[in-house]
Amino acid sequence: MSAFLALLKRDLVLSYRQGIDAWVVVLFFLAAGILFPFAIGPEPNALMRVSTGVVLSMAALAALLSLDRLYQGDFEDGSLDLMVLGPLPLELTALAKALAHWLSTGLPLLIAAPLLALMLNAPSESYGPMLLALALATPALSLLGGLGAALTLGSRRGGILLTLLILPLYVPVLIFAAGLISRSLLLEDDPTGALLLLSGVDLGLLAITPWATAAALRQALR
Amino acid sequence: MATGFNIHRFANPGRFLRLAGALLPWLTGGAVILFAVGLYLALVGSPPDYQQGDTVRIMYIHVPSAWMAMMGYGLLGAAGASALIWRHPLADVASEAIAPVGAGFTFVALVTGSLWGKPTWGTYWVWDARLTSFLVLFFLYVGHIALTHAFDERQRGRRSAAIIAVVGLINLPIIKYSVDWWNTLHQSESILRMDGPSIDPSMLWPLFTMIVAFTLYFFAVVMTRMKAMLLEARHRAAAFAR
Repeated sequence: MSAFLALLKRDLVLSYRQGIDAWVVVLFFLAAGILFPFAIGPEPNALMRVSTGVVLSMAALAALLSLDRLYQGDFEDGSLDLMVLGPLPLELTALAKALAHWLSTGLPLLIAAPLLALMLNAPSESYGPMLLALALATPALSLLGGLGAALTLGSRRGGILLTLLILPLYVPVLIFAAGLISRSLLLEDDPTGALLLLSGVDLGLLAITPWATAAALRQALR
Repeated sequence: MATGFNIHRFANPGRFLRLAGALLPWLTGGAVILFAVGLYLALVGSPPDYQQGDTVRIMYIHVPSAWMAMMGYGLLGAAGASALIWRHPLADVASEAIAPVGAGFTFVALVTGSLWGKPTWGTYWVWDARLTSFLVLFFLYVGHIALTHAFDERQRGRRSAAIIAVVGLINLPIIKYSVDWWNTLHQSESILRMDGPSIDPSMLWPLFTMIVAFTLYFFAVVMTRMKAMLLEARHRAAAFAR
């Protein structure tokens, strides 16, 4: 457990000291989000209709953007070899990395999301469900993203390949998150089912992705 | 392990090549004959639908392609698993051979479905659960192919692709049951049902013929590709040895 926490702390300190990286993700999230009022026109009702969906999909893209450095730096400078040799099982290393990714990108996105929603004229009653959906969706994005980052480690054109590989796997997460938001906004509909479905996806990924990520890392280091 | 069926018996590429050489003429010949019979039955011998008219004949291409796409991904996942678990040397070759073929069938199923959708549903594309999950299947195939070829070291690409193939298996039951879990535009299962097929025999038999023809064709193409890859590897090894 102490090795797990040490790795988590190291990754968080690294991302904190390279402070601009976390900001870049948030700034990308906001900048990409405000493209929509220009592209579909500033008409408030049209924006209101798409606002939460834009926030969700931009969060997915912003999470993707920060993934290619997740293992790359450690792979290049040899830290990853030490992690493999260290006492911590590689599965837990993968989990710690995904958790660090969520804390350094998912959480800032969660904080920035209401700002983007405000600029997109999201209805006031949608903020709660949207934040809940994001809070449940972003861990899934980090777990899947960690797998993608490990699979493409050391490949030519890592970033674009990672996007191609992981975006289709993001689709179900987005569908369930959007389902949770739309269910919560309808008065006669009970959002519990959608909530359980999205949490189930999180738990399932929590069970599967560390193993797959560790297998991919072993391939990368052979 | 001398008795019984053992997949490691075919780990020897030479033995596989002999087996493939013996099977290929039968697979190819069977596919040609069944395609001839199936296409005749589908285009001429079977009646037009009472509602859809002749557009129903798209089904004889669409349904078998979709089945091949799903079967191909199932085989891809199985090959990926045996490459990762048993390091079966043929599994990597099989994965690389299956992926483009499966992607092709997925593409054909998507395009024919789209062309069928226009006259019957009035639109080329809807974001229905079956269509969306099938599109994801296509992207999984494409990601698998891209990952296979993304590394300078060939083996590394194949092993990474094997992992994504196994992870992607989760999409297969979603595709299969999407029409039952979500109430969607795409019609529900009408062939593999507990209470027997809900298609009239006059259309079911041409469809079955086409499915068998597609299956034989699928295996003929995959085996040819595997054979070519193994011979290429042998040729390369021989060139290095010289």
